[in-house]
Amino acid sequence: MRSIGVGAVALMAAAIVMIVLVAPEDADQGISQKIFYFHVPIALTAYACFGLGAWKALRLLWRGGERYDLESYTAIHQGTIFGALTLVTGSIWAKASWGVWWTWSSNQLVLFLVLFLFYCAYFMLRYSVEPGARRERISAVYALFGVALIPVSFFAIRLANDFIHPTVFTREGPQMTDTMFAAFLAGWAAILALAYLMYRVELSGKRTDANLRELREALSS
Amino acid sequence: MSAGEKYVAAAYGVVFVFVLVWVVIIAAKLARLERETAELAELARERADG
Repeated sequence: MRSIGVGAVALMAAAIVMIVLVAPEDADQGISQKIFYFHVPIALTAYACFGLGAWKALRLLWRGGERYDLESYTAIHQGTIFGALTLVTGSIWAKASWGVWWTWSSNQLVLFLVLFLFYCAYFMLRYSVEPGARRERISAVYALFGVALIPVSFFAIRLANDFIHPTVFTREGPQMTDTMFAAFLAGWAAILALAYLMYRVELSGKRTDANLRELREALSS
Repeated sequence: MSAGEKYVAAAYGVVFVFVLVWVVIIAAKLARLERETAELAELARERADG
């Protein structure tokens, strides 16, 4: 885990250097476009976390095993955190670019909010059921349903001709200069490394917690 | 500082504060786990001594 931590810090430092010093200022949006280098990677990382949560849920339903439930829950927890960050950084960018904190006329924004609220409800559902095999199965099925919303959210702007939210990645490739794209990739690598570090630390903490509870019960009996 | 620069600083600041809060939460959790481990070790020692 130490090497992941060192790697995440190094990638974060490299990304900041790339974004601040290497990537040129956007001709249209000016300096506020620099929010893109963290906002989009954070959103993509949230999708990746929800995807990982669904994959672990599928393995739980397929093979069974308490560890997959914990892994799925932790991944969805991370996804929700990154989802909240996507909404906050996106809102700041919206204010800088469009002059409003939020607009209901953008399908991309509304669908991402729906996705985020769907996963917020995951925790309400999970904690309304007694711990055990039933809760594990219900949570896993819910996590699998949620993953179906990801492609809908991702392709929303392409499907609905959303003129408000910009489409940077088209069939012709990324609509930016090479240095901008390099800064974006550096930012994404840094955010992914941070998310993976957080996932491993949180999972380790939860496992230690469970082991200590078991040990306490064994010693008390 | 221009308005654009303020918004960029705010967006990056949010991410920084989030990482900071996460570190504080994990540190608190680690401290709790350390305390509980010490309590269990004490309990195990008492049991071993009879």
